[in-house]
Amino acid sequence: MQFPIDLQNPARRRFVQGVTLGGAAMLGGLIKPASASVDSTQSNVLSGTDFALEIGETPVNFTGTARMATTVNGLLPGPTLRWREGTTVTLRVTNRLRVPTSIHWHGIILPANMDGVPGLSFHGIAPGETFTYRFPVRQSGTYWYHSHSGFQEQIGLYGSLVIDPAQPDSIRAEREYVVMLNDWTDEDPPAIFAHLKKMPAYYNRGELTARDFLDDVSRVGLKAALASRKMWNEMRMSPRDLVDVTGATYTYLMNGHAPAGNWTGLFKPGERVRLRFINGSSNSFYDVRIPGLKLSVVAADGQNVEPVEVDEFRIAAAETYDVIVAPQEGRAFTIFAQSMSRDGYARGTLAPRTGMQADVPALDPLPMLSMLDMMGGGDHAIHGMDHGSTPGMDMGDMAGMDHGDHAGMTMAATPKVQHARSEFNNPNVDMRVDSPRTNLDDPGIGLRDNGRRVLTYADLHTLGGSLYPQQPVTREIELHLTGNMHRFVWGFDGLKFSQAKPLHFRYGEHVRLILVNDTMMTHPIHLHGMWSELESPDGGFQVRKHTISVQPAQRVTYRVMASALGRWAYHCHLLYHMEAGMMREVVVS
Amino acid sequence: MRTTTFLLAGFCAALAATPAFAQDAMQDMDMSMQGGAAPADARSPDYSDGADHGDMTGMDMLDHASLGMVLIDRLEYFDARDANGAALDAQAWYGNDTNKLRLKGEGERSDGRWQELRTEALWDRPIATYWDSQLGVRHDFGIGPDRTWAAFGVQGLAPYWFEVDATIYFGQSGRTALRFESEYELLLTQRLILQPRVEVNFYGRNDPQRHIGSGLSDAALGLRLRYEFSRQFAPYVGVEAERRFGSSADYARADGHAAFDPRIVAGLRFWF
Repeated sequence: MQFPIDLQNPARRRFVQGVTLGGAAMLGGLIKPASASVDSTQSNVLSGTDFALEIGETPVNFTGTARMATTVNGLLPGPTLRWREGTTVTLRVTNRLRVPTSIHWHGIILPANMDGVPGLSFHGIAPGETFTYRFPVRQSGTYWYHSHSGFQEQIGLYGSLVIDPAQPDSIRAEREYVVMLNDWTDEDPPAIFAHLKKMPAYYNRGELTARDFLDDVSRVGLKAALASRKMWNEMRMSPRDLVDVTGATYTYLMNGHAPAGNWTGLFKPGERVRLRFINGSSNSFYDVRIPGLKLSVVAADGQNVEPVEVDEFRIAAAETYDVIVAPQEGRAFTIFAQSMSRDGYARGTLAPRTGMQADVPALDPLPMLSMLDMMGGGDHAIHGMDHGSTPGMDMGDMAGMDHGDHAGMTMAATPKVQHARSEFNNPNVDMRVDSPRTNLDDPGIGLRDNGRRVLTYADLHTLGGSLYPQQPVTREIELHLTGNMHRFVWGFDGLKFSQAKPLHFRYGEHVRLILVNDTMMTHPIHLHGMWSELESPDGGFQVRKHTISVQPAQRVTYRVMASALGRWAYHCHLLYHMEAGMMREVVVS
Repeated sequence: MRTTTFLLAGFCAALAATPAFAQDAMQDMDMSMQGGAAPADARSPDYSDGADHGDMTGMDMLDHASLGMVLIDRLEYFDARDANGAALDAQAWYGNDTNKLRLKGEGERSDGRWQELRTEALWDRPIATYWDSQLGVRHDFGIGPDRTWAAFGVQGLAPYWFEVDATIYFGQSGRTALRFESEYELLLTQRLILQPRVEVNFYGRNDPQRHIGSGLSDAALGLRLRYEFSRQFAPYVGVEAERRFGSSADYARADGHAAFDPRIVAGLRFWF
């Protein structure tokens, strides 16, 4: 299955690849010399306990078109802030923009008034004003920061946080790099939002065409080709509706460099290199691999995990993964991060010397959502198969659909799903899943059975286990991720942020959040201020995270200790979903 | 009165056929994934324990923001057997997810004047996942005296991706009308799109001054091939055939026109 013509188009290619100098050209010579895409050590790091950050506008050029970015200290990404566990940091943030701004410290456990969410933590930082953040650092690992105002997070206001542990780091590496992935657009983000509202498939250049249909007919016959499309057509949904904003507008960046800019990190053969991957994108998932190297995943969302060796991992918006690689050969290796919608990639190089590069892999085929992604893996789907949709399923598979019944995937018994009243008779809900799948060992759409060892949440085990192993869960809160892709309305339980009351957690209670994804998109759900301790399908502790990516028709559960008083944001970290309503306020009191 | 009943029955049949309410049909297929009423054991979405939002300012969510859109679906030159001219089919809306003002205009110009021009101003509200209800007024310009109607209709997306617009109208002196339009977009490639279109008009009584006959008055079938240079700008070429029936056909023939009117069209589809 070939990706549509767009990528063969030279003008389009330049857009995806960026201009030759990539990000190096973008800062207009302000910051980096032209060769600055090579880091022998990571540049632009600020360390210590006192930081002065200035938010302003900086001209950039990633695509051949000059645009204004919103930046921290004139950098995109902003400077890496290096803190130490056990210290108290002071960050004076000055707003040089003409609009209000803010910085949210993503994944950091801190007092509510330091969390940086306008309307919940504080009023925001007015133009010309300096706001002082001050809080103790009680954790270590890889995190990031970004604006929580408007769409500033889309146009450059982000950077990495690296927190060294108070004790010597248990993760040994001779060298380390932050690898931050971002999705840059030359469009104004409010225009993107308006496009999605007026035509939700605006950026989808991978819809099934008449040719795909004829191909299917010649392969499996007319009846089967029709059958494989029947349910999608009846439900008015597209199996190619993977993400809303794609490479049709995005240029994917690695550490602020377009693919042509080829960000390069140096190593000496035999060294252990720690790569701190951060997805600072507004609306993108990446599938990351380094052909020729095994990736030893040692931390997820800043929390150390039992090392697990994989070939590839998917990183959702706002997630972080720390990976150890140990290249023995003195050659270049490509860090390849293709978008989930297979319309582009961020790319960089690990090399022993500057100026080297390795082959860049071809994009994988554009996947299609399967019945698994629509109906889950529970009894209902299987029941449905018994009653006549089997030909459709089979033909769907033959036409390239992913299917879930591959080896290594377990089907747990489906717990009873409780839909909210507000999910019925509601124009803002386009589907409900009655029998969601609960297994965590599915790498997700486009990664199933790809011949590589791909990380799943089932592989992640936080070292030391739960922070609260002795405290029983005292209450369950079930919430369903809902939306209407046709109207581009998103929410929880069919209600947008503006329609919903806050969620109340009683201070000190241990709650279990049950999320059921009643949509066909993957949503990275982020709770501010408190850890999300993901549970395995049997209810045991799995992994501690700040952002939990919920796949289509999946049910996940996680525990939250309501240990942080105040008002907190709880939302999908796809920025356009959040703005369209997929957000709640959480009040701990 | 009998005609009105006929029209209402036809309207209901059209609704049933355009399964606005195909959700019922889907339940028959053991797929209760869309629509439907809440079962008795559905849970509450309210976990607030009485807590409310604070009074902090600065949150700027767009989930209840108003937007506006203008869609020129057809702006075309047509070349028919005994006339040529220009045709327009446009919609505009402004509003949020819950309430929109929707304006529609469709008409034809030839011989230096509007031969017919239908304009509508409607209050648009979502009533189901893929359907909006519309309530408002219609005003017709063109040959003969202007006519004003009250309008009630539905607009949305039927299963298999048929865009449907069905409206019933009540005018002065007991006039009634029913209009049904459907479009489909067949993607030949990501940018080359074939768009079949069908439109049918019924009227409750003769309107000799506007050369309209009662019953099935006219039907049009069009096929347009457009190329999307961008999502928002697409030129097209196509063919459209209109057929007048019954008294409407008689009026047309009396005017020296054929009841069957095929034409070639070329135009532009764009929106912003």
